[in-house]
This record gives sequence, structure tokens and C-alpha cells, in this order.
Amino acid sequence: MRNFEYHVASDVNAAAALLKAKEDGKLMAGGMTLLPTLKQRLASPSDLIDIGSIAALKGIKKEGDTIVIGAMTRHFDVAQSDVVKSAIPALASLAGQIGDPAVRYRGTIGGSIANADPAADYPGGCMGLGATIVTNKRQIKADDFFTGLFETALESDEIVTELRFPIPQKAAYQKFRHPASGYAVVGVMVAKFSDGVRVGVTGSGPYAFRAKDFEAALSKDFSAKAIENVNLKADGLLSDIHFSAEYRAHVTGVMARRAVAAA
Amino acid sequence: MEVKLTVNGKPVTATVEPRTLLVELIREQLRLTGTHVGCDTTQCGCCVIHLNGEAVKSCTILAAQCNGKDVLTIEGLAQPDGTLHPMQAAFREHHGLQCGFCTPGMVMMGVDIARRLPGADEKTVRQELEGNICRCTGYQGIVQAILSVVNPAAVKDHHHA
Repeated sequence: MRNFEYHVASDVNAAAALLKAKEDGKLMAGGMTLLPTLKQRLASPSDLIDIGSIAALKGIKKEGDTIVIGAMTRHFDVAQSDVVKSAIPALASLAGQIGDPAVRYRGTIGGSIANADPAADYPGGCMGLGATIVTNKRQIKADDFFTGLFETALESDEIVTELRFPIPQKAAYQKFRHPASGYAVVGVMVAKFSDGVRVGVTGSGPYAFRAKDFEAALSKDFSAKAIENVNLKADGLLSDIHFSAEYRAHVTGVMARRAVAAA
Repeated sequence: MEVKLTVNGKPVTATVEPRTLLVELIREQLRLTGTHVGCDTTQCGCCVIHLNGEAVKSCTILAAQCNGKDVLTIEGLAQPDGTLHPMQAAFREHHGLQCGFCTPGMVMMGVDIARRLPGADEKTVRQELEGNICRCTGYQGIVQAILSVVNPAAVKDHHHA
């Protein structure tokens, strides 16, 4: 790891100011992806701005028909939260499947989505649940947030402050876990709302997306059978030595059907 | 930069680089070498310590991030007179180790599991050990050792039969 200057930001404004002032500053939340990246020298920022201890960015609350989660809330806290478990159990389940217990004590929801790993669980969850991402500047719909492989709509000095999840009638997350890394080879969040069904997919593509053909079929008939013959196209999906694009397309359908059955 | 933290109940002040990992501070400056580095990539769990009472991987946290916090390593687990912590005693009793390299991390994670999930069944214990890798034992003894603390009725140990 190349050296850097380390700063603890006391609040979001201080973090944004540091980010603007420093040549090549990087925000650090839990550091569960950033620190391994620095060790491999895949990144060598001049400054690390630690926002993981900003108390105002932590916490979970219910506001009407929305669950609001602070960006620096850890996976462990989302998985354990009685508020999340009773309103959106699929989201608590998703959080409890990330990494391992030691990683869940450190990793945060805001860090995960800002990093936008194609195989991370939260991006698919945000797409499926129709989350709104709140930053220090604006609100961004999940549909507009994930823009590419490790790419988001965030500007260089923009900081995620909270995530807002509308409470669905029912939802479920099903994950085909990579046996070595624990990342999602494919993860599918299916959520049924009064005005239709959303299907968020992670792992399959370069970034999280919605499976619109599944959504159309499920909005008419919310059953696993309704999407039995709806196939996701392999074009544009990820392919590696373990899992081809065709395989990922197939498993996406399987996970979607399992999620519908579990919802 | 200077960091102040508590390690195994004792106040520690150390000068570190911003990039110094907690495990480097623990092993190389404080000379507490019971905490091991296996993979250095957040996967193997040999470096698990407790930070403010929670099991975290000390290879993936900066010493600077631990400023003002409380660290417990494997050296701080037994009583001052050498009496083993019940989890350590269970690992000895159930042959939860062979070469011993993963053991400090396994014991520290075991203590965390016992705190969070009293009464856990075998499947849960195995899931909770997702982030701790052992290349000797096949996990059987480790799982039985942790089970013997969290849920003695679930232990299926034949070595005393």
C-alpha cells in the first residue's frame, strides 16, 4: 500500500470540502473494498477521508411507508434491525448474506453502492426495491444511479448520505453465491408493489439492472410459473472462466423464480 | 501520526504511518504475535481480533481507524493466571486445531458467535465461520468446540465414547 494522508471527517460538509481540496482524495466508509484495493495498488489516492464514524450518517428508521437507512449503516446493523426485518425482511436477509460476519461489522450500505461492484448484493437490492439514493446534493433514483462497471452517477465531490426504500407488499432476494468469494454470481431481488413488480439483478451484468421482461410477466401474474418461459438474453452479460454469459442468463431466471416463490 | 487505543485492557500510544494496518501495529510494534496474517486479503480470518467487542479482520483496517477504540487479541483472552477462556478450553478439549495457524482467529470468532448466537445449531455455526479458513482439521473439531460453548446439547463428539 502506498502511503496517503489520513483524515477523519467530522461531518458531511467537512468531508465534501476535503474531497474538493485534495488532489486525489478518496472517501473511505468501512474500507472493506477500498483497503484491499489499496494493498494491491490498484488505487493510490493522495488522501483518505474517513467518513465511517460520522454519526449523522448512521441509523435506520421508518418514515411512513419508507425505510430510511443512513449511508454509513453497517451490513450487520441492517441484517439485525427489527425495523428492516418487519418492513422489508428481504433487505435484512440480503444484508446478512454479504461477505462474512467480520466483513458485515465493517462494511456499509453507502460504501457498497458507491463502489458499485457488479457482484455486490446491495445494487441489485436497490434496483429491485426501487430505492432512492440521497446525497449531499440531490436525490437519485436507483434506476439512474448505477451507470457502468464500478461506475455511478455520483459526481466527484458528491457523498451518499442515506438510502430510502419504499416498503413493498412483499419481496424476496435470492442469491447464487460464489462458493469461494461469497459474492453474488447472480442475485435477484423481486418486489411486488401496488403498482407493479420490480426485478433487480446483480452479478449477471456489468452493473445492476432491472429485468423488464420478468417484471411485465410478474405484474400480470405473480407466480414462478409466469416467468418459466421468459428468458433473459445473454447479450451484454458478464462472462468469465467460471460462468459464461449464457449460464448467468439461465441462473438469473432460476433465481427470479425462487425469489417469487419465496416472497 | 499518533494513535491511542486500548489493547487487552492496557492503554497504548503508538506512532504509525497512515497506511499502517492494525495487524501490523499489533504484531510488529506491540509484538503480540498471536494474531496471524494468513491471506492478507480479508478472506482467511487468521487475523480476527475484537474491536470494541466485535470480531473484525485486523488486516483490513488501518491502525488510524482504531484511534480511541478497544482492541482485544488472543493474548488478552485467558485470565492473568493462565486459566484458559472457556472457548480456548473447548478448542483444546475437542481437538479444534492441528497446526494452529488459524486458531487465534477461530477462537476470537468463536467468542463473537457465542456472544451473538447462544443456542445456535451446527448449521448456523458453520455459516458463521464463512470468513475463517482452516486447511488442517476439516472444521469438525472447530465446529464441535464452538458448539460445546454455545449449545452443548448439539455436540456430536465421539472421541470420549
